[in-house]
Amino acid sequence: MPARTSWIPYALIAPSVVFLGALFLVPLVQTIWLSFSAGEGLSLDNYQRMAGDLNFSLAVKNTFLLTLVVVPLQVVLALGMATMVTKLDKGRDLVLWVLTIPLGISDLAAGLAWLALLQNTGYLNSALYALGLIQGPTGWLSQETPVALFIAIMLAELWRATAIVLVILIAGLQLIPKEFSEAAEIFGAKPWTRFTRITLPLLKPSLQSALILRTVLAFEVFAVVYALGGRNFPVLVGEAYVWQNDNQNYGVAASYAVLIMVISLAATAVYLRALRTRPEQLP
Amino acid sequence: MTTGAAELSQTSTSRGVALPSARRLLLWTGLAVLIAWVLVPIYLVALGAFGGRLGVFRWPKTIWPTDLSFAAMSQFLAIEGVFNALVNSLIAAGLTVVFSIALGAPAGYALARYTFRGQNAYRLLVLLTRAFPLAILALPLTVSFIRLGLYDTPFGVSLIHTVLALPFAALVTQSLFMGIPREYEEAAWVFGCTRFQAFMKVVLPLALPGLAATAIFAFVISWNEVFAASILTVRERTLTAYLLRILAESPLHYRFAGGFILIIPSVLFIFAVRRYLFAVWGIASK
Repeated sequence: MPARTSWIPYALIAPSVVFLGALFLVPLVQTIWLSFSAGEGLSLDNYQRMAGDLNFSLAVKNTFLLTLVVVPLQVVLALGMATMVTKLDKGRDLVLWVLTIPLGISDLAAGLAWLALLQNTGYLNSALYALGLIQGPTGWLSQETPVALFIAIMLAELWRATAIVLVILIAGLQLIPKEFSEAAEIFGAKPWTRFTRITLPLLKPSLQSALILRTVLAFEVFAVVYALGGRNFPVLVGEAYVWQNDNQNYGVAASYAVLIMVISLAATAVYLRALRTRPEQLP
Repeated sequence: MTTGAAELSQTSTSRGVALPSARRLLLWTGLAVLIAWVLVPIYLVALGAFGGRLGVFRWPKTIWPTDLSFAAMSQFLAIEGVFNALVNSLIAAGLTVVFSIALGAPAGYALARYTFRGQNAYRLLVLLTRAFPLAILALPLTVSFIRLGLYDTPFGVSLIHTVLALPFAALVTQSLFMGIPREYEEAAWVFGCTRFQAFMKVVLPLALPGLAATAIFAFVISWNEVFAASILTVRERTLTAYLLRILAESPLHYRFAGGFILIIPSVLFIFAVRRYLFAVWGIASK
């Protein structure tokens, strides 16, 4: 049967093709079009306005800095978690459930949860006060404390989005045959050698998809930042939101969107190249 | 008899965990830290949600629950717009589930059961969505939605959320249907079922738990989405859009109450689908 092509599969995929065409490809083209059109004809006006905005360079810097710090930390943290969890056999399911809870939590809710911890009269300050390190309620999330605000956002992002990396890596670890590690152990390889020489190379496809997914989402960071610092910490998507909603300037908002798309695609291309696996390297 | 049992239990423990006790202690300490890292912020936002105005400004705070009451939460739910936003979120998420399963599952079935020209192009289209920040695509939709009368409706929001959930649903259902042997269906055809009947009577019951997991994921994707929901609504906001809008001006305890309501379904849903989590993401990440 597989050899014979009938109309049935086409009828089955048609609705989703039409849907994705109308709500993915058309908006994609529209966004690009919108970003280049200002008044009459095509121009770079929107991009010039975007680049000339006070918050622009700050938003670019903040978004990149956050992504470059958060994503590698998440991979390391998730690798650590995955290694620990695979060593368990009692309580494994329960531990995994707890560790994957943030997977289902909205970035807005994550920001608010960390706000409860870090606000002026919050739990962190109460603990610091009890230890005698501060005199009274102290603000960490304002423009005067950019480093503390950055760390707060970083922690909330780490808390929220490490779970997705963990799940992808554990799914990948399950595909690696145990025999490889066991054979290496017989030949006297130490745990660290086994990890770097066997587990890590074989985990490359999973690492690649985790990195692509996380990096694209990291460039979209928005609600966590807003919940914790409002506009004190400009990021790219936040600026797109402001231009669209508050300034009602759809052209500049679209320019931000195109910029974010270009960055995401570039990052994806880099990962696909840097972490490609040749078929003969697969187990 | 007793010695036999003792021996048995001893061998089973030494086989089960081959780690020396010092390293086991280290492992469990590490895991305890990680579990606390996940649970403590949720616990604290819950305290904030039920502590009311006084709880938020108490100084210094204790981490023990003191004077919690449902009054704070019910006050929050009584604010104008909150209940409506909650209902809108549920409608949008429900519609997202319906659309992403209705559109995604047939595609998944086609990918699992047939080889056809254009198959790889279709897969590419689905995977391509992964490389784009999809929520951003909602920007030009504002204009088209206003023209079509879909702007500021949960229905319109659910359409863009379906773009997020559909690729995921197609890939997951594909693996789901691949796991159900084709022979079962063929046997049903032999007994005189049409293709459709065979699917309904044989495949669907077997696929149901996996489809339920897919539905739950679609629900969570929609429930949590902030950006597209915020720019496509004004009065008929979803809960995330509502909370984002009021962030700057609402008192802290209302924000915590909103955050807590957002978190609750996620925790329950992840528990419900924990069995499928790794199968789902193992496949969907390919």
